[in-house]
Amino acid sequence: MSIYPPEDRIWWSKPVEKTEMLWVTIAFIWGLIMFFMMPYWHLTGNQNLSNEAYKITADSFAEKTEAFAKKYQVRVEGENDIPVVKPPAGSDIYMLGRLWDWWPILELEKGKSYRLHLSSLDYQHGFSLQPENINLQVHPGYDLVTTITPNSSGEFGVICNEFCGSGHHTMVGKIYVKDGK
Amino acid sequence: MTSPYRVCPDTGFKVDLAGEKLIKWNAVTAVVFLAIGGLLGLLVALTRWPEIHLLNADDFYMVLTAHGFVILLVWLIFFEMALLYFASSILLNVRLALPKLAWLGYWLMLVGCLITVVVVLQGNSNVMFTSYVPMMADPGFYLGIIIFAVGALCGCAVFFATLVVAKQEKTYEGSIPLVTFGAMTAAIIAVFTIASGAVILIPTLLWSLGFIAYIDPLMYKVIWWAMGHSSQQINVAAHIAVWYAIAAILFNAKPLSEKVSRFAFLMYILFLQLASAHHLLVEPALSSEWKIVNTSYLLYLAVMASMIHGLTVPGAIEAAQRKLGYTNGMFEWIRKAPWSNPVFSGMFISLVLFGVLGGITGVIMGQEQINIIVHNTLYVPGHFHGTVAAGTTLAFMAITYWLVPVLFRRELILPGWAKWQPYLFGLGVAGLSLAMMGAGTLGVSRRHWDITFADAAIKFDHPALAHLMMGINGVFGVIATIGGIMFVVVIVGSLLWGENRDEVSAAAPAPEAAPTPAPSAMSGHGSAGTMEVPGTFTFALIFLAVFVLYFFVNWKFLASTWGLS
Repeated sequence: MSIYPPEDRIWWSKPVEKTEMLWVTIAFIWGLIMFFMMPYWHLTGNQNLSNEAYKITADSFAEKTEAFAKKYQVRVEGENDIPVVKPPAGSDIYMLGRLWDWWPILELEKGKSYRLHLSSLDYQHGFSLQPENINLQVHPGYDLVTTITPNSSGEFGVICNEFCGSGHHTMVGKIYVKDGK
Repeated sequence: MTSPYRVCPDTGFKVDLAGEKLIKWNAVTAVVFLAIGGLLGLLVALTRWPEIHLLNADDFYMVLTAHGFVILLVWLIFFEMALLYFASSILLNVRLALPKLAWLGYWLMLVGCLITVVVVLQGNSNVMFTSYVPMMADPGFYLGIIIFAVGALCGCAVFFATLVVAKQEKTYEGSIPLVTFGAMTAAIIAVFTIASGAVILIPTLLWSLGFIAYIDPLMYKVIWWAMGHSSQQINVAAHIAVWYAIAAILFNAKPLSEKVSRFAFLMYILFLQLASAHHLLVEPALSSEWKIVNTSYLLYLAVMASMIHGLTVPGAIEAAQRKLGYTNGMFEWIRKAPWSNPVFSGMFISLVLFGVLGGITGVIMGQEQINIIVHNTLYVPGHFHGTVAAGTTLAFMAITYWLVPVLFRRELILPGWAKWQPYLFGLGVAGLSLAMMGAGTLGVSRRHWDITFADAAIKFDHPALAHLMMGINGVFGVIATIGGIMFVVVIVGSLLWGENRDEVSAAAPAPEAAPTPAPSAMSGHGSAGTMEVPGTFTFALIFLAVFVLYFFVNWKFLASTWGLS
C-alpha cells in the first residue's frame, strides 16, 4: 500500500519481479538508442546546427546587413521597397529581425549552400521558415551562423514565432529559392 | 505534544485539524484559480479559432500571459501545497509542523499571485509567462512571482519539518510511504526550482527598476528555464505520487516493487532539472555537447523513470485486481475496474494521456535536431497541454473527488456530473492537444494572434489544413472548458452545500466516490512483486511500439528538410 509505510521493513532487499526488470532494461536500452541518435545524426545527417555564433552589437549587425543588401540587391519589392538580395552561392548572407520585420528578402539557388547570419536588433525573435518549418531562435547580441542548403524551390515565408510585442503577428519576411540553371 | 485531531472514520488516519484546514484552504484556492485560468484559456482558444477570432491582439497577448501564469504556477503550486501537507501530516499520522509558517506561506502566495495577475491585467506587462528579456514588464510582475515563490518555499519547509517531527515522534514504522516519498521528490525539486527562480527573477526585477543596466538574454533563458521547466517537474513527481495514492486507496494496490518505484523517483531528483535545455536547442552559443547531455537528462535516465512509473502504477492495480479474482484473460482486471468512479477514471485517463500525448512528444521534440522542426510552433503547447492539463490537472481532479467526501466529509453533489466529468475533460484536452500538435507540425506558431498575417507588409498564409486544426482546437477547447466548469461546480458546490457525512445516518451506504480501503486486506500476502502482470506488460509494449514508430517518423520528417550545418 503506497499510502502506508512498506510492510516489509527491509524492502530494498526484495527481489524485483522479472517482468518489471525486463521493462526497466527495455526502457534503459531505448534511452540509449535515443541518446546516441543525436551524435549519430551529427556524423551522418544533413540537418545539424553549427555551434557557430558570435557576440555582436545591434549596430554592427545592422551595418553588415545593410552593406550585404546594397552589394547584392537585384530589385525592390512591395510598398515599402524592401530590397531583394541575390547573393552568390557559398557566400555569407544576412537577415536581421526587428520590430516587426525580417530584412532583407533573400533570393537563393536550390542545391547551393549559404552561410546564413541571423541576429536581432531589439527583442528576441523566432526565425520560422515556412512551410519547411525550420525554426531558429534569434537573440539580440548574438550572431547565429547556420549553413543552409535549400533542397526545394519556390517562395518561402519567414514568420516570427517568438512573441515580440503587439505587432508580433505582422512580422513576416521572405526567401525565394530558384531552380539552378 | 498533542494537538487537536480527529480520526477519519473511512481511512483510520489521524487527521490533524490545523493541517486539515490548511489542506482545504490551499486546495480550494487552487480550484478557484483553476477556474480563472481555465476561462482565460477558453478566451485564448476562441481567439485562435480563425472563424471566431474573439479578442483583439493586445487583449489576446495579455490574456495569454495571464493564462500561462495562473495555470502553470498558481493553480498547480497551490494544489501541490495541499498535497504536500496531505502526504506528510495525514499519511504519517502526525501534526503538521509549524502551521503558522504554513499560513504565512499561504498568504504570501496569494498576495504574490494577485500582484502579478493585477499587473498583467493592467495591460503593460504583455510579456508572456516566460518574460524573456530584453522585453520588460512592470516591476510588479516580477515582484509578485518572487513573493509567490517565497510563500511556496515556506510550504516546502513545513513539509520537511513535518517529516522530521514524524520521525522524532515515531508516528510511523520503517520507511515513509511511497506516496510521501514521491511528494518529497516534488518538494526537493521545488526547492531547486525556487532557487533558480530567485537567481534570475531578482536581478530581472532590479533591471526593471533601473538598478541593473543589462541582462544577457541567453543567460536569462538558461536560468529562467531551470525554474520554468523544473516547476513542471514538480507537477510530474506530484501527480505520479497521486497515481500511486489512488491505486492504493481504490484497489489496496501495492507497488510491484518498492525498490524500483523509489529508485525511479530518485532518478527524477537527480536528472529532471536538466530539462532546462529543452527550451534552448536552437539557441546560438550553446554547444551541441551541452545540448545533448542536458536535453536527454543524461542518457534519458529520467525518461526511464517515467516509463517505470507508467508500468508499475497500472501493474500494481492489475496485481491487486487479480488477487480479487479478476483473472480471466489478459484484461478482465481493467474491464472490471470502477470506470464510473471519477477517482479511478480521472487517474487512469491522466496516466494514459500523460504517457502518450505528453511523454512521447516531449521526449521526441526534445531531441536536439528534431527540435529544429518543432521549436516555438504550436506543437510545444500541444505537448504541454498533454502533460499539464491532461496529466497533472486531471490527476489532481481525480484525487479531489476522493479528498472532498473522505477528508472534508462532504457528500459530492451532482454525482452524475462527477461521473462523466473526467471523460469530458479528458476528451477536451486530448483533442486540443492533438489539434495543436497538428497545427504545429504544419508550422503554425505558438503565441500568435493572426495566422492569416492580414496586417503584415509581406503576405504569407498557412495551408487550409492548419486553419482547420485551429478550429478543431477551439471546439475541443470548449469541451475541455465544460469539463472544467463541471469539476469546479461539483467540488465547490459539495464543499458549500454537500451533506456533512458525519451527520448522515450511519446506515447510509458509503458513496461511490469514497470507497473504503479495508486495512485488514493488506495483511497476509507479501509483496505484489511476485504477481505476473501480463495485461499491463502488453499495454507497455504497445506504448513502446508507438513511441519507437513516432520517433523515427520524426527523424524521417527532419531528413526531408533543407540541409543545415
